[in-house]
Amino acid sequence: MKFPEVTLTHLDNLWFQVSGTLCNIACTHCFNNSGPNVRTFEFLGLETIRSEIESAARAGVKEIFFTGGEPFLQPGLPEMLSLSLEHAPTTVLTNGMLVNDRIADRLAEIEQGTKYSLEIRVSLDGYTEEMNDAIRGKGVFRSALAAVARLSQRGMLPLVTIVRTWTDEEELRTLAGFSTTLRDAGYARPRIKVLPALPLGRELARAATPEADTLLSEEMLMGFDRELLMCSNSRIVTDRGVWVCPLLVEKADARLGSTLDDSRAAYALGHNACVTCYHYGTICGNVSSLIEGPQRQAEEATLP
Amino acid sequence: MKRLALFGGIYNNYLALEAAIRDATRRKADELYCLGDLGAFGPYPNRVYPILCEHGVRCIQGNYDNSLAGGLADCQCGYTDPRDNHFARISYNYTFKNTSKENKEWLGTLPETIRLSVEGRRVLLCHGSPRRMNEFLWESTSPDAFLEYLLDDSKADIACVTHSGIKWHRELSGGRHFINVGVLGRPENDGTTNVWYTLLAIDGAEVKVEFVPVDYDYEKLATEMEAERLPAEFIETITTGWWTTCLEVLPHKERARGRF
Repeated sequence: MKFPEVTLTHLDNLWFQVSGTLCNIACTHCFNNSGPNVRTFEFLGLETIRSEIESAARAGVKEIFFTGGEPFLQPGLPEMLSLSLEHAPTTVLTNGMLVNDRIADRLAEIEQGTKYSLEIRVSLDGYTEEMNDAIRGKGVFRSALAAVARLSQRGMLPLVTIVRTWTDEEELRTLAGFSTTLRDAGYARPRIKVLPALPLGRELARAATPEADTLLSEEMLMGFDRELLMCSNSRIVTDRGVWVCPLLVEKADARLGSTLDDSRAAYALGHNACVTCYHYGTICGNVSSLIEGPQRQAEEATLP
Repeated sequence: MKRLALFGGIYNNYLALEAAIRDATRRKADELYCLGDLGAFGPYPNRVYPILCEHGVRCIQGNYDNSLAGGLADCQCGYTDPRDNHFARISYNYTFKNTSKENKEWLGTLPETIRLSVEGRRVLLCHGSPRRMNEFLWESTSPDAFLEYLLDDSKADIACVTHSGIKWHRELSGGRHFINVGVLGRPENDGTTNVWYTLLAIDGAEVKVEFVPVDYDYEKLATEMEAERLPAEFIETITTGWWTTCLEVLPHKERARGRF
């Protein structure tokens, strides 16, 4: 079967797999199987990051993202964020467990010193300790909320990122629950981003999602705006080369080259996860370009 | 020397539009332009059309105008937050229902961009960004290198956009400029009730960008919004200057400056 191809229109989003797949927790829905001692990918160093940011800036990059694993395991991360913010707005995706007072102070200081936005995305997957820790591990709920409170106390508005592990019927009640929990934790103006669960990594074993057995065809992409897909506007740099998007780092065919400059080739969308992006758009960005999803039905219902 | 008055989204705020036109005329603007999004948010959508026509304001199509003309289901702002979508839907449905067929058809005839040659400078007017009508260009998420790329790609020396609702200006390499002209429709989330338009003066190699605050009868607008049973949240924005809805798309810096 020949899969539809997407070309890189423009490198809007540069991602770094900065801590590889090394993480201090092992969530049940993790799409790239990150966890303690998982060394599929290793840390990225400052010099790689510097040279790829400079290369991306020459190409007119719009945003830069740092992910893992848990990015704050890389002790050089604050310096990398400062460097990145000299060129573009920058986002870090964290579980918050290592965001102590010292790190929170440093992040607030970096944020105040830059003209571009620094976004701290803190993952949370339940609005109760029981719901969250069943997915993310014991003690994670309290640590994540403490990180959110620390950042909030310093004038930062972290973007709390939640993977949708509930049903459409539970949508509004669940979102209201997150909002209440965050306010109770001291975050008066909670910002929330909901991500679809991805049919990849541990999530495949956790839940059977509709996309798990589906693949994209040329027919499905007829009349579809391919620029809504991450592969048309993103690349991710890892210690083992450059991949087409953050979701497919465990897929060998998604490695496009050793540096950004030689990773501009078109990509054939042959994975189940590509169907998720087809449904939801550039989901990894800070604001999703929604194409369809349970929210559409939620809009019809009465709001909390 | 030529002076262009550039109006951003009007959002049905015909009172601010009238005040801005008066101000621009007083300042001897040579030409008046509106960068799209005539409807949304405010009351009595049909009132802006005769004003634009009477004063010869040349308009381009914004995402709202594109949706209204095409009979689309929503404004194409791309919200995912259920609360944002709830209010966006109220605003869009109200405007759709109360915009005449003739005005919708006229919106359908508007160009997506206007290109001008002013004193040898290539000026591009568009709604969201040169490449996409509904792309939000915020000051804190539009890096210099990206803006340079957009200017190169669109073959412009000066690009002017609106859509996001907050004005900014960046001077780039080779004397080029990127300007978000702000909006007339609602205040810009800074706790003041005035709105803004932009005066772009081009005199040979010299380019001057002036953001002009516009005071208008916002209390009258608020009363009319009440009479039209528009949400209290929208009226609060008009009377306080703080945004209360559609906040999801704001990046960190712009969001942190607001109250909500």
